[in-house]
Amino acid sequence: MNLPKVSSNPHIRSFADTRLIMFTVVLSLVPALGYGIYNFGPRALLVTLCCILTCVLSELFMELILKRKIRISDFSACVTGLLIALNLPVSIPLWEAALGCIFAIVVVRELFGGLGKNFMNPALAGRCFLIISFPSAMTDFVTDAYTGATPLAVLKSGGAVDVKSMFFGSVPGTIGETSVLMLLIGAALLILTGVIDLWIPGSYILSFAIFVCIFGSHGFDPAYLSAHLAGGGLMLGAFFMATDYVTRPVSKKGQVIFGIFLGIMTGIFRLFGPSAEGVSYAIILGNCIVPLIDKFTVPVPFGISPSEFRKGGRK
Amino acid sequence: MAKFSFVGGVHPFDGKDLSKSKSIIDAQPSGELIFPLSQHIGAPAKPLVQKGDTVLRGQMIAEAGGFVSAPVYSSVSGKVKSIEKRRVATGDMVESIIISNDGLYNEVEYEPCDDWTKLSREEIISRIAKAGIVGMGGAGFPTSVKLSPKNPEAIDYIIANCAECEPYLTSDYRRMIENGDELCEGLRIMLSLFEGSHGILAVEDNKPDCIAHLKKLIKKDNIISVKELKTKYPQGAERMLIYATTGRKVNSKMLPADVGCIVNNVDTICAIYNAVVKGKPLMERIITVTGDAVKDPRNYRVPCGMTYSELIGINGGFKEEPAKIICGGPMMGFAMVSTDVPVTKTSTALLAFLEDPVSSSETTPCINCSRCTYACPAGLVPGRLSDMVEHFDNESFVANGGMECCECGCCSFVCPAKKPLTQNIKTMRKQELANRKK
Repeated sequence: MNLPKVSSNPHIRSFADTRLIMFTVVLSLVPALGYGIYNFGPRALLVTLCCILTCVLSELFMELILKRKIRISDFSACVTGLLIALNLPVSIPLWEAALGCIFAIVVVRELFGGLGKNFMNPALAGRCFLIISFPSAMTDFVTDAYTGATPLAVLKSGGAVDVKSMFFGSVPGTIGETSVLMLLIGAALLILTGVIDLWIPGSYILSFAIFVCIFGSHGFDPAYLSAHLAGGGLMLGAFFMATDYVTRPVSKKGQVIFGIFLGIMTGIFRLFGPSAEGVSYAIILGNCIVPLIDKFTVPVPFGISPSEFRKGGRK
Repeated sequence: MAKFSFVGGVHPFDGKDLSKSKSIIDAQPSGELIFPLSQHIGAPAKPLVQKGDTVLRGQMIAEAGGFVSAPVYSSVSGKVKSIEKRRVATGDMVESIIISNDGLYNEVEYEPCDDWTKLSREEIISRIAKAGIVGMGGAGFPTSVKLSPKNPEAIDYIIANCAECEPYLTSDYRRMIENGDELCEGLRIMLSLFEGSHGILAVEDNKPDCIAHLKKLIKKDNIISVKELKTKYPQGAERMLIYATTGRKVNSKMLPADVGCIVNNVDTICAIYNAVVKGKPLMERIITVTGDAVKDPRNYRVPCGMTYSELIGINGGFKEEPAKIICGGPMMGFAMVSTDVPVTKTSTALLAFLEDPVSSSETTPCINCSRCTYACPAGLVPGRLSDMVEHFDNESFVANGGMECCECGCCSFVCPAKKPLTQNIKTMRKQELANRKK
């Protein structure tokens, strides 16, 4: 006779698991990827497949040599690969893209303990690794369709940009960052399915907007402001990278502080730095201060006064 | 009207439709009955009978073993077969009185009271104590002790916990629909003990018929109100309920009485009514028998001491061999290996499921998704606490508020990595409490 199973309470579980969450993220990035392929041609798909494949194989390789359980089917490496691809210019040599992916998975994720243990967003770490290593390939946005600079670079040099085409995405840039509309559709899917909430993206975008208004030397100029919001990797970063579970603070309060930090950093990098872009560096810098934010924003248990809890005086 | 609630919580599938529409029926045991001497928090009861004695239904077979303790009554007439250790739903072996039922149900004479308003405070509390009433929601704290706080004049709210937030359970719901008058009268009895106190019937808004019914019953009372709570688990947890209805916060070191509240469950209040007005001791309770492995999900009025296997027999047996049998609700109940354990004063339900999501789901690494933190009604970070438990770090566990956990199970329920968070935290809490007793 089969005895009934026993376990500690609770005896029911929600249906959401890691794989489902990761798969939802993949789905939410499909519109942006689709537009990237439409905008930049089939090579965009090739770059994306190359990145995903490299990430999954790197994970498999590391799990084999580190004798960990094989978890490549949980879509997490797939998310990393997809995010890296969306952050690359379409003309990037495939071997460079693959190298970035290997760095992201092998060094940033697996060597720090695997899924859930990395302190930095692997996709952005991979991108930053590539920007530093191959600056010319990573900033070469000239394709058959586009010959000019990215809208943000134009904006930085004082030129005028067409915000409408930036919103729909028919501008030069990386594969996945150009279409704000497609990114917002994906973000809406994530928000509606409860995968992410608005604490980080909201505070990030809002604080960045305020920063631009104050220090952008244009005052409150809707055209300039919306060009900054729609330009570069801000939407991709705010909704899909800064919200990465592993590298964000755990409490809502911490997430808001994290978002504000990212907004200010992005503003500084974009307005005062040598590059027109700033989202990637802002987020990985933000990732580094997450433990500090967590330390000061850990939720206070119900019914205990904050001062008593912080003192650690409870016996 | 604004709905009353708390921060955190989860929304599991509620499954109440299986059993909520069917009225309560009596379950008649035929075989032997098992009466554990410890069905409550506090000292075990002391047996008053010996092997071979004949007992009547309603006869006290064990007396309270101390101030925080409660007597035990036989729910059938018959002969004492033995006094020995038997297994109970939690898995422990507990000294129990075994009575073989003669099927005659000869009862003792009860001492009813026509007008309880003439009873003094002491008389009412002693009737409750004598009837062996304990918190029937699961904790089993002797009710007479609960009703004798240090500063009785500080009590200003008596809260009837009608939330029934556990999925699948409908026993309180049926009780409110069928015995709503007893519930309200029981609440009035309690209110009479504390001058100036107000009564709150706290009901979740998934039971609109109960809310309407209770509102009708208390129309003439001006110190009782019905409060509609947002449907969310664990709305019926004592600390959450007090916060939702009064805005007061209780932590693990405090008692509800410290913030002027006394909380009692529906069944307990009905038992108080029976004890004070009818003079009847606590010897039966309402049990929900439900789940997808059960033939006829419904509620039974079950004599304490009856075994679950007999109860299932009355229900027509299982449809198929269940993968999991739970005593209590799916969020906080105990999984049982065998149904040969008795219904006690604190049992609430028997659930039988064809599938067990716990053993069939694989644990994966924590991805720090914060779902447990958002869900935790005690404001903790269960994922981190569980990590500390895995590293045997008692000190950090306590410093991070681990002892505030109410073991409601929300964190394990929502965890996408399917980690046994509640189990880890419970284990460490038990160790820590045991260490403190030394």
